[in-house]
Amino acid sequence: MSDKPLPPVDAESRAYWEACNTGRLLLQRCAACASVQFYPRVLCAQCGAVSPEPVDASGHGIIRTFTIIRRAVSAAFDADVPYVVALIELAEGPTMMSNIIDSPLEAVAIGAPVQLTFERRSDAINIPQFRLVP
Amino acid sequence: MALKGSTAIIGVHDTRVGKVPEKSATALCVEAVLGALADAGLRLADVDGLVTCNSMAQPHMYHAEMVAEYLGLKPRYCATAAAGGGATFTVLYQAALAIEAGICDTVVIAMADSLRSGLSREAAMVMQSSSGHAQFETPYGATVPGYYALIAQAYLHAYDARPEHFAAVAVSGRQHACLNPAAEMRKPITIEDVLASRLIADPLRLLDCSLVSDGGAAVVLTRADRAAHAPHSPVYLLGAGEGRGHEHISQAASLTQSAARLSGERAYAMAGLSPADVDLAQVYDCFTPVVLIEMEDLGLCGVGEAGDFFLRGDGAPGGRLPINTHGGLLSHTHPGNPGSMFALTESVRQLRGGLGERQVADANVALVHAQGGILSSHCTVLLGTEATL
Repeated sequence: MSDKPLPPVDAESRAYWEACNTGRLLLQRCAACASVQFYPRVLCAQCGAVSPEPVDASGHGIIRTFTIIRRAVSAAFDADVPYVVALIELAEGPTMMSNIIDSPLEAVAIGAPVQLTFERRSDAINIPQFRLVP
Repeated sequence: MALKGSTAIIGVHDTRVGKVPEKSATALCVEAVLGALADAGLRLADVDGLVTCNSMAQPHMYHAEMVAEYLGLKPRYCATAAAGGGATFTVLYQAALAIEAGICDTVVIAMADSLRSGLSREAAMVMQSSSGHAQFETPYGATVPGYYALIAQAYLHAYDARPEHFAAVAVSGRQHACLNPAAEMRKPITIEDVLASRLIADPLRLLDCSLVSDGGAAVVLTRADRAAHAPHSPVYLLGAGEGRGHEHISQAASLTQSAARLSGERAYAMAGLSPADVDLAQVYDCFTPVVLIEMEDLGLCGVGEAGDFFLRGDGAPGGRLPINTHGGLLSHTHPGNPGSMFALTESVRQLRGGLGERQVADANVALVHAQGGILSSHCTVLLGTEATL
């Protein structure tokens, strides 16, 4: 497996990472104000209501912004250079960070539609990733 | 407001910057304290407050207390800024509040680090990028320049701006640095030089990125009524304001506007001033696009117009509003957390006057702005001469 960093899973994010491990991306929807949020929290960051409910993301989104990393953060990423780091605006509203993988670099652009995929990083950790919609 | 004019900076000192391997981060911090006290005409015994920031090269759980012990001080007010950028001015503002509240009379704020000599290149990179969210950002391998490049790309897209607009910020800062004998980078550069430097994280190139340095600086802040006896003209704290949006860039509501808008409005309101009153400004320049966004949010430029401001040379020496008159983090020095201290000491020197060819003419009001995180936590400070009280 890779030497890339693994997320330090905690009690509140365990359900999220377990869902990733089965190929599902979980968001949270607030029962009180209906806002959808990423990342998982114990309350709704919009209205403060407790225990927002997990909902499955559709996996559709667009690139809100991106960069092409030419100098890796650590040796574990050296082989990937140049690689794309992007902010994905999900169809449900929230934004999350991702790489854009398995896609031609020159086609990566703000506003481009992307589709959810996963990168297996360890037995327990499946990292949500996005690729350009062909 | 009670805080306006109630405290003044009466001492400043910068250590040597760049590559200073013969001194530890702690020794640089101590040198900064002693230098600023000498400049203020004070002794260690006159100090009853001490504020530092933590060091990456020599971290300590109780950093300010460690420096106090080293100096033989037992201050009544002692605090450590956990981070740099805007936190530097937040602790200045809080020190002024402590003085105003009668907790102490004279506070030394001293910050230093050995980012260049005290850490390996990889250790410095990984440590700095640890500001990313460990679960939801760090796994994607972004560097600090990469996080800021996300903002840069969004700025280009939102305003139909060009990389030349970013490059103009670097050129302007370098022009100022060329007039500052203490600056690390004193060779003039052109827009073409910036655009020809290698890509680090698109669209940011090497010369869009700030330096990695050793060094430190300190200021002495005291009650205004005590400042009159100082050897140099006191520089008064006229206003300060903080503003916060997100902490992690992936949670930012906007990528092209920031909470500098809030910190600026709050600082102007406290000081009873407006952007038109500002004679010079030090605007946090960890990466060139940040300066454009901050200038716009602080009301020093119209929205989407800051790039043209720098292309016209309006921020350069002798320009309409000189920006980063010491050369900034891009060309003077950037020892990490202590970086914005140099903007503060430079502003005090400009308002005292007598800086020769670097002196901004008729300088009475200086704006100093910094942010920390990734365009996250902002603090704006307005400083003025006695004439502004």
